[in-house]
Amino acid sequence: MTEPEVIVVGAGPAGLSAATELARAGRRVLVLEREAEAGGIPRHCGHSPYGLREFRRLMGGPAYAARLRAEALAAGAMIRTATTVTALLPGGKVEVTGDAGPETLAAPVVLLATGVRETSRAARLIGGDKPGGVLNTAALQGLVYLNRQIPFRRPVILGTELVAFSALLTCRHAGIRPVAMVEPGSRLTAWSAARWLPRLLGVPLHLRTGIATIKGRARVEAVTLATPSGEVEVETDGVIVTGGFRPESALLLASHLAVDPHGGGPVIDAWGRLSDPAYFAAGNILRGVETAGWCWAEGRRTARAILVALEGRLPAPGGARLVLAHPALRLAVPQVLAPAPAAAHDRLQIRLSRATKGRLRLVQAGRTLSEARIDTLPERRVFLRLPAALSDADLRLEIEEDA
Amino acid sequence: MSDPLSPSSYDVAVIGAGVVGCALARAFTLAGARVVVLEKAADVLDGASKGNSAILHTGFDAPKGSLELACIREGYALYHDIRERLGLPLVRAGAMVLAWSEEEVAGLPALMAQAEANGITDLEALTGVGVRALEPALSEGVRGGFRVPGEHLIDPWSAAHGYLAQALANGTVLMRQAEVLAGRHSAGHWHLATTAGAVTADLVINAAGLWGDEVDRRVIGESWFTIKPRKGQFVVYDKTAAALAGHILLPVPTKITKGIVVCRTAFGNLLVGPTAEEQDGREHATVERETLQALMRRGCEILPALADHEVTAVYAGLRPATEEKHYRIRDDLAPGYICVGGIRSTGLSAALGIAAHVVRLAGRDGTLADPIWPEMPNLSVDGERDWQRPGHGGIVCHCELVTRREIEAALTGPMAAGSLAGLKRRTRVTMGRCQGFYCSAELARITEGRLTQPMLGHD
Ligand SMILES: Cc1cc2nc3c(=O)[nH]c(=O)nc-3n(C[C@H](O)[C@H](O)[C@H](O)COP(=O)(O)OP(=O)(O)OC[C@H]3O[C@@H](n4cnc5c(N)ncnc54)[C@H](O)[C@@H]3O)c2cc1C
Ligand SMILES: Cc1cc2nc3c(=O)[nH]c(=O)nc-3n(C[C@H](O)[C@H](O)[C@H](O)COP(=O)(O)OP(=O)(O)OC[C@H]3O[C@@H](n4cnc5c(N)ncnc54)[C@H](O)[C@@H]3O)c2cc1C
Repeated sequence: MTEPEVIVVGAGPAGLSAATELARAGRRVLVLEREAEAGGIPRHCGHSPYGLREFRRLMGGPAYAARLRAEALAAGAMIRTATTVTALLPGGKVEVTGDAGPETLAAPVVLLATGVRETSRAARLIGGDKPGGVLNTAALQGLVYLNRQIPFRRPVILGTELVAFSALLTCRHAGIRPVAMVEPGSRLTAWSAARWLPRLLGVPLHLRTGIATIKGRARVEAVTLATPSGEVEVETDGVIVTGGFRPESALLLASHLAVDPHGGGPVIDAWGRLSDPAYFAAGNILRGVETAGWCWAEGRRTARAILVALEGRLPAPGGARLVLAHPALRLAVPQVLAPAPAAAHDRLQIRLSRATKGRLRLVQAGRTLSEARIDTLPERRVFLRLPAALSDADLRLEIEEDA
Repeated sequence: MSDPLSPSSYDVAVIGAGVVGCALARAFTLAGARVVVLEKAADVLDGASKGNSAILHTGFDAPKGSLELACIREGYALYHDIRERLGLPLVRAGAMVLAWSEEEVAGLPALMAQAEANGITDLEALTGVGVRALEPALSEGVRGGFRVPGEHLIDPWSAAHGYLAQALANGTVLMRQAEVLAGRHSAGHWHLATTAGAVTADLVINAAGLWGDEVDRRVIGESWFTIKPRKGQFVVYDKTAAALAGHILLPVPTKITKGIVVCRTAFGNLLVGPTAEEQDGREHATVERETLQALMRRGCEILPALADHEVTAVYAGLRPATEEKHYRIRDDLAPGYICVGGIRSTGLSAALGIAAHVVRLAGRDGTLADPIWPEMPNLSVDGERDWQRPGHGGIVCHCELVTRREIEAALTGPMAAGSLAGLKRRTRVTMGRCQGFYCSAELARITEGRLTQPMLGHD
């Protein structure tokens, strides 16, 4: 291929939809993917629902991933798999390695779409031994759907974000019977639609319950649950540690690019553009987990902004910086705002760290530019419309909580 | 001389493949002996040697005139001598002993005097301002300190693996899942009963670490010390935190412990630990949330900016401490028997020195002609990694950039990994930020049917 006009890092739903859109517009696109196969997380997520928004069909993850690949290739995008990006350099140069060894590639625009990962057992400081059989959901799915291997028979599931229900479905598929699902908080994190699942599958759900310690030498033998009425030991042969998504931002952290200390993803403007204007980002890397369809749409909108950038028609970088002015605010993107025609983001995506009721406001120089009523829980989607007119003064995101 | 026709008869049987046993196997092999290493676990380095701070100590704070000091000094020098030929890394970090109160400042001259008496003479005294000029991320609370330029960081596993690999390349036999159950001495030979069959040797060396007293009892009927395991817990921070500390940051030591250290690792992370907690059990080195949180708080007191960094891993190790502080090395307990016990908290640094000392105790003065020097794969951030060379077969562990070629190499040969933990120590798979989120499935595929202790418990 002659020099690409856009390099896409990561071939998940966001990267592939962006690549498809760019290639359809006649741009030379090179997608770099470190796995042997393109498709991202859905490759190993054997169950539905995928594809409703994009293809108006209910699909399983692997079929959906195959469809995304086929569309990108049909549009003319180049996909290089088994190629790991190891460094991001100023101006759109990336270092990669694959079987052929290291090389440096360059393009006027680089789109980062490296997705997210779940928080590990270690980072959660769960005590006890360190036996085998403690897995995140994605690792479990890789074993079950890609390898047809069964790591345990009666694990405990930690967490109740949506992905925990994905873990439940994966267990059911493999004939694994979880002994319990536990949630440290006082309510389920996922929306209520998923609530019927544990009961349907006969898995007891315990709220206000965490895993204090894990026991076992080679394999998990038991866990101690911290419950409101004290510690309880439960025999089990595995632990599925779900959720707590964080951007896969290893490349960013080691680069010259600005990182958002709150969400852990890149600092972007409304076009999805980073502090070095040669870089853009889309998909879960921006904020943590969303559905595949969401990431797919975000990839497509960001591709449209990139098309404008390639024509040299995007406004110069800059704008008002967003300040999170309430302790319950966990993250908000984009973090840099300017009046933005043809923007990839027309609203703020916000997440809170605790249950909150009240008024959410975007304030500049004492003036409220946008506001909404919220009554929400951690990890739920919260949006705020972006105003059409803005100055460069700092923007404060505030919450006035109900008394 | 052992019977050369009997495959299970050796000059020397080393019990235990911790770092000390590995160094002993190497030293006796290079002294011309036929050596067998007997290890009860599925893989080597499964005891005290699996988790430590990875500091190559100079011995500046070791007890004056002790055997420990002599072994550390000799081990330190030998590591420098052999490391390039074995491909072992050395991160020349240097250490700083830091005083956080006027009382501790007052104690510094005595520590420096002891270091000098121990033969470490390139110390540099520093004021609080001087310390912070060298380590700007340190808290303003630091009052003073001194530099010990010779304290370095190494890869705690490649060192021991390298010693054993060289022994194996030159004829030593490694038996794993070979727990020594009993011993009998007759007609100048030891007959050891192990879970992998009988082994005969002229000289038996007890290097069983946390089980040193138990192996004494099993082989010679009694022990002259009692192991009192002392746990050390650690928090490993993300690689982004490594820039916060160039030096190994040491506190003023107390009688029982060197105290909480903050230092980089050879792999580019930042480590805070260890604790010093006495316990009865030898099987379990558990981590405890409250202790880990206390370590994190201490870390942030020392380096305030640490609060902005994520935790990558947590672990705990057990020191084979005894009722006394010094090494428990003796050759007069039984004929043809040497006990190398109680190598508590400096065994990584001292191992090569201990081995040289024990070879002298045994009166071995041969040398193997033209020994083979196998080269260990480099995993440290300072040297070239496999992913930087063509033909590596692709990256499997994305966070630590571990290649398929590295994993294949670690799964083959006489020292092939026996467990996932062993594969981690040899390659660093799953030891990075994601802790196996991305590569567990791929690893399970690659290792299926190839580990003594399978990754999924049943393949
Ligand atoms: C267990 C699980 C179950 C889920 N179930 C559902 C569901 O049922 N329905 C639904 O809609 N959504 C589901 N989701 C969410 C959905 O899968 C994600 O939202 C979607 O995949 C995100 O797309 P993405 O493109 O942002 O990132 P990803 O799909 O994560 O893709 C990122 C890609 O980037 C690659 N990459 C990363 N770093 C590099 C690098 N340095 N070099 C080269 N390549 C790199 C990765 O290998 C990966 O292929 C689930 C998620 C998980 C974890
Ligand atoms: C928290 C901590 C921090 C430390 N930091 C440092 C440091 O920074 N620098 C430093 O130099 N040192 C450090 N050390 C000390 C160092 O790790 C130890 O001194 C060293 O690992 C001891 O090794 P060993 O070979 O004597 O024992 P071990 O590693 O315990 O080896 C003994 C082996 O014998 C085997 N075994 C036991 N019984 C039998 C049997 N019956 N038959 C067969 N095999 C048997 C065991 O399975 C084991 O593999 C630290 C230690 C800890 C715990």
